[in-house]
Amino acid sequence: MNTAAERKHTFFANTVADEQEYVSKTIYNVDHFNLWYGDDQALYDVTLAIPENQVTAIIGPSGCGKSTFIKSLNRMVELVPSVKMNGSISYAGQDIFSSGYKVEQLRTDVGMVFQNPNPFPKSIYENVAYGPKIHGIRKKKVLDEIVEKSLKGAALWDEVKDRLQENASGLSGGQQQRLCIARCLAIEPDVILMDEPTSALDPIATAKVEELVQSLKKDYSIVIVTHNMQQAARISDKTAFFLNGEVVEFEHTDKLFSNPEDRRTEDYITGRFG
Amino acid sequence: MEVNVKNMIKQKETNRFFLRFTEKAAPVFFLLCAAISVLTTIGIILTLLVETTAFFSRVSFWEFISGTEWWPFGENPTYGVLPLIAGTMLITAIAMMVALPIGLASAIFLSEFASEQTRKIVKPVLEVLAGIPTIVYGFFALTFVTPVLNTFIQDLPVFNALSPGIVVGVMVIPMVASLSEDALRSVPNSMREAALAMGSTRLEVAMKVVLPAALSGIIASFVLGISRAIGETMIVAVAAGSTPKLTWDVTESIQTMTGYIVQVSLGDASYGSTAYYSIYAVGMTLFIFTFMMNILSQYISRRFKEDY
Amino acid sequence: MNLVDKQTVQSSMTKRLVKNRLANSLFFLAAAFGIVVLAILLYRIYSEGMGYLDWNFLTSFASRFPEEAGIKAAIVGSLWLMAVTAPVSLLLGVGTAIYLEEYAKENKVTRFIRMNISNLAGVPSVVFGLLGLTVFVRLMEMGRSIMAGGLTMSLLILPIIVVSSQEAIRAIPKEQYEASFAMGATRWQTVLRVVLPAAIPGILTGGILALSRAIGETAPLLMIGALSFIAYLPENVWSGFTVLPIQIFNWTGRPQEEFHLVASSGIIVLLIVLLLMNSIAVLIRNKFSK
Ligand SMILES: Nc1ncnc2c1ncn2[C@@H]1O[C@H](COP(=O)(O)OP(=O)(O)OP(=O)(O)O)[C@@H](O)[C@H]1O
Ligand SMILES: [Mg+2]
Repeated sequence: MNTAAERKHTFFANTVADEQEYVSKTIYNVDHFNLWYGDDQALYDVTLAIPENQVTAIIGPSGCGKSTFIKSLNRMVELVPSVKMNGSISYAGQDIFSSGYKVEQLRTDVGMVFQNPNPFPKSIYENVAYGPKIHGIRKKKVLDEIVEKSLKGAALWDEVKDRLQENASGLSGGQQQRLCIARCLAIEPDVILMDEPTSALDPIATAKVEELVQSLKKDYSIVIVTHNMQQAARISDKTAFFLNGEVVEFEHTDKLFSNPEDRRTEDYITGRFG
Repeated sequence: MEVNVKNMIKQKETNRFFLRFTEKAAPVFFLLCAAISVLTTIGIILTLLVETTAFFSRVSFWEFISGTEWWPFGENPTYGVLPLIAGTMLITAIAMMVALPIGLASAIFLSEFASEQTRKIVKPVLEVLAGIPTIVYGFFALTFVTPVLNTFIQDLPVFNALSPGIVVGVMVIPMVASLSEDALRSVPNSMREAALAMGSTRLEVAMKVVLPAALSGIIASFVLGISRAIGETMIVAVAAGSTPKLTWDVTESIQTMTGYIVQVSLGDASYGSTAYYSIYAVGMTLFIFTFMMNILSQYISRRFKEDY
Repeated sequence: MNLVDKQTVQSSMTKRLVKNRLANSLFFLAAAFGIVVLAILLYRIYSEGMGYLDWNFLTSFASRFPEEAGIKAAIVGSLWLMAVTAPVSLLLGVGTAIYLEEYAKENKVTRFIRMNISNLAGVPSVVFGLLGLTVFVRLMEMGRSIMAGGLTMSLLILPIIVVSSQEAIRAIPKEQYEASFAMGATRWQTVLRVVLPAAIPGILTGGILALSRAIGETAPLLMIGALSFIAYLPENVWSGFTVLPIQIFNWTGRPQEEFHLVASSGIIVLLIVLLLMNSIAVLIRNKFSK
């Protein structure tokens, strides 16, 4: 497996890289990463390389540190004041914790979708336009275009195109979640982090979001936390199994589910615990 | 042509001086706002200290705190603050005799007995009562309460301590009621249910379970009520008169610390005179009183905070 | 064998229930006391004050004769005072709240600022008057002007605005912040585009209630030296002025009975202004709380 250091990454270059090449590229390199909330350690020596333009699933029992891990990838975990960390995470070849690294830049390149849909109490249009606006794009025509493109990208356009000015809180849960995905797409990130994006949704809405994830994969690298093992098996290329803050196994999804190497992985995926 | 958001963002990022400036300037500006409140406190203390010092260069400190006569406007002015303190205490005592029982009883009623509908009527009325300007209460004391009292008490003078004392009490009721109610309602329902399930009446639950559990919050509300009464100005300025007196007779005309400050600022003393400086010395005394009460109230509610 | 004698339990039960009933009525009377006082107060003022309350009263200046006395200067003065107090106190109060909720680290300085604000809320209003008199009127040489009065009032209601704004900001769900930060927004952008829009109804409601406190305050302005007998309208913020409560105080202090009726009319005007402000606050609160 390649590490970030090995490859020559041109950071802002075209996201849609050569189709053949992307399989081997690494977008995130996590190296001996430890994290504490106050005195409680939540992540132990996490080491893994997240591939570019693939879907990486994170599975594991409740409280094993999945959310903590995924929030470390865009440094959202730092919103908790007591957090302490060591080890390194590099994104596109740069250590995201190095001094001088701009966290706003990281979060512009790496989008995030949360467990519960969290649209702003603004109109549908304003929700999607939020990202471009804070990054200085003000022209109405450009914004219109971005909003349409993002909503189409999130497979929501047809449902909302006639009521863009209505408040987003009027949408159904599934629609709200796709709106949050559209909001995230609007600034064209390279990576999308998703923390159990379907756990608050019904099966039909879940299917829609899963479909969406599949279609997004060709343009984006996706990291998705899920409780649902079928979901991980259905949509991901690689899967990491977390247990008590450690990565037990990180493998191609087919392999991990059909032929796990570690006993604990096997126990978990066969439902013997967790 | 497709818009390339990524490139646009990157372009914008390089020349966003304004954003970078506001990002840095905003916290500084907000800190300055927060500093104003600290400056206000410093301003109050400095003002009082400096002018009080000027006062004490003319009047001995000992005379001020131990003198039993306050007569700043005569031939031989005397500055003994005790009569003003006594007047303040008298008003406060009367007010508390009204406000504490009625405020607490209202709180118990609202929290333990009242139905949701009754609460919906009583709470807003208390809020309205709390929002009525004190000058209106003062007017009410002078033109209604005093004449009414006069029918019971022979020869009650127009200015007396009783009427404004009662009205100050009425003014403080909403505050005591709402703070005490908060304290009572923060007692968890499980404690009430446990007692009710054993066959206790609501009264027994209120008096034997809820009240003891909420005691510190209630006492804190009492102390705040006292502090409020000490600092009340317009009601006493209108209805208590302006004769500083060391007396416990509620039917007499008296003067409080606040009443004196208002009287002087209405023009009875010229700038730079001893009487002028005396309002700062009295203000300082008043400030110390209310400050200690506020600290005490905070201490009680923090120190004896129930952990349910 | 029975340790608890059913008979005694039964008989004491009746007694306990009676007591409960009695207490219930007693507590109810206490709560009703406030309602009764309010009713009497409003009735008295209404019946005394309606006589003088007419268009003439609203559009005339103060006078030595009760039937000619009017409240124009006081109404205009109160409006001028608000024109200074509202922007200053809202800016400072909301700024302080944003600092405390968004930027302040949990340290000694922050704790000191918090404690300072809650103590300031308990300082009697006459003491604010002394501050205004010394600092604004004399030290800064603003004289007995609207500016001096408005600034004094701003400081007086600052703690109320800070606390209500803090509550409005705290009510914003954490998820809104996460969404904004995850898009690469800075703290300031988040404050400006997420926090303030969501908190503004709460801030306005609290702000209006605080301002209605300022409109009814008398003592600090008396100390500042607001006049009670002026026959002109203020021209700018450096003019002398009077306000509704001071005008009422002045009429209350006159020995002639008629002036007490005029004072009642003034009180009606003041209460209507307060009622209007409170209705606006309630409207805002209801419109935005779903
Ligand atoms: N803000 C926090 N402060 C302190 N401890 C926390 C915090 N957030 C999470 N933890 C702790 O860190 C550990 C990992 O939590 P995390 O939320 O990452 O688990 P998770 O795998 O996402 O669980 P779930 O599947 O329930 O979402 C848990 O033990 C949790 O108690
Ligand atoms: Mg989680």
